[in-house]
Amino acid sequence: MDNIPSPLAQMLGELESLDRIERAQYLIELSDEFSEVPDSVATRPFPENHRVPKCESEAFVWAQDQDDGTLKYHYAVENPLGISARAMGAILDETMSGQPLDQVANVPPDIVHTIFGRQLSMGKGEGLAAMVELTTFEARQRLRQR
Amino acid sequence: MSEINSRGYANSDALVSTDWVAKHGNDDGVRIVESNEDPLLYPSGHIPGAVEIDWAADLNDPLRRDYLDRDSFAGLMSSKGISNDTTVVLYGDRSNWWACYALWIFQLFGHTNAKIMDGGRMKWEAEGRELTREAPDVSAANYSAPERDDSKVRAFRDDVLAHIGRKMIDVRSPEEYSGERLHMPDYPNEGALRGGHIPRAANVPWASAANEDGTFKDASALRDIYEGNAGLSSDDDVIVYCRIGERSSHTWFVLTNLLGYSDVKNYDGSWTEWGNSVGVPIEK
Repeated sequence: MDNIPSPLAQMLGELESLDRIERAQYLIELSDEFSEVPDSVATRPFPENHRVPKCESEAFVWAQDQDDGTLKYHYAVENPLGISARAMGAILDETMSGQPLDQVANVPPDIVHTIFGRQLSMGKGEGLAAMVELTTFEARQRLRQR
Repeated sequence: MSEINSRGYANSDALVSTDWVAKHGNDDGVRIVESNEDPLLYPSGHIPGAVEIDWAADLNDPLRRDYLDRDSFAGLMSSKGISNDTTVVLYGDRSNWWACYALWIFQLFGHTNAKIMDGGRMKWEAEGRELTREAPDVSAANYSAPERDDSKVRAFRDDVLAHIGRKMIDVRSPEEYSGERLHMPDYPNEGALRGGHIPRAANVPWASAANEDGTFKDASALRDIYEGNAGLSSDDDVIVYCRIGERSSHTWFVLTNLLGYSDVKNYDGSWTEWGNSVGVPIEK
């Protein structure tokens, strides 16, 4: 996978070396660390135009412009059982925020299978991939506006 | 009389309440098993003492589209501390889809002493009951499994072809049934080339049998749905199907255990097989 943010490339490399149990523990730790969108950016009820389509965990995405031209991403996950979505939000924030927009725009949605492994069900995979798509869409949109 | 016993089910022993699990989950001879769609749920917190059975990694053949064989099933049960006389209580996410799926597969190996925790994981969590990340201390048990017997509760494509015109329930969404879409709402297309349903199958979405909190509706409400609306009767031989056999396991459980039907088979090939098969009849 070429020309994607280096923190993401590094994380994907680390995940590939983990077995199923180690991967689950790692992702749960990330889910525990998930930090919801701050009130300064959005409050409930969250606007529908930030909702991730196809996501059963009811995830939302925001992209905040930063002075250096990059984006700071924020996420919310309304379904209390949305552990995978919270882990995904934590990963996307950690590896995409502040990264060059052309690299963020280049991230394919199928990274969810590298992150969550082949046990990921089709339905859950679709929702998580949509989180990636909405994240990269924001970067592509900024690039088009320049 | 417990609340479940008052619902008029044919076999109320097939269900236990969250209260029952809280009191008896760690009794000798009882094993609580969690089975989910989301593989992160169990390790993120589970009922104390519960083990996990993963529908894909544990119950399916790793290569062919089929279920595990006798030796693999015996090994799985042994590794989970389940012996032949253990009472297994299954629960999970998605209103117990995968718990019912696992229970149905247990029937292929004759492990009939298996129950569902009514309401599943959602109800347990909603009641604020304890969850732990601590792995249970499980000793391997002796388990002797017979050869898998697919003849009683499992239907294959040719069985379904021969069954057309008799009672069949398509438990998918109305949009899938009509052929408007090839997959569950919010789910991707899982590779079916044609949409629609098997001729003369009635459409009763699986969720018709569940309350908002994931518990099962009482027998009277279930009879209204399956007998009043869909025209089934308890002496019918019935085939149920969905997309891969997971949602229809929920309906199989309802018809077999809660309404007491004696001849219900789950067609696990379901629409991902039928919608790709050459020459089979389809109705829209």
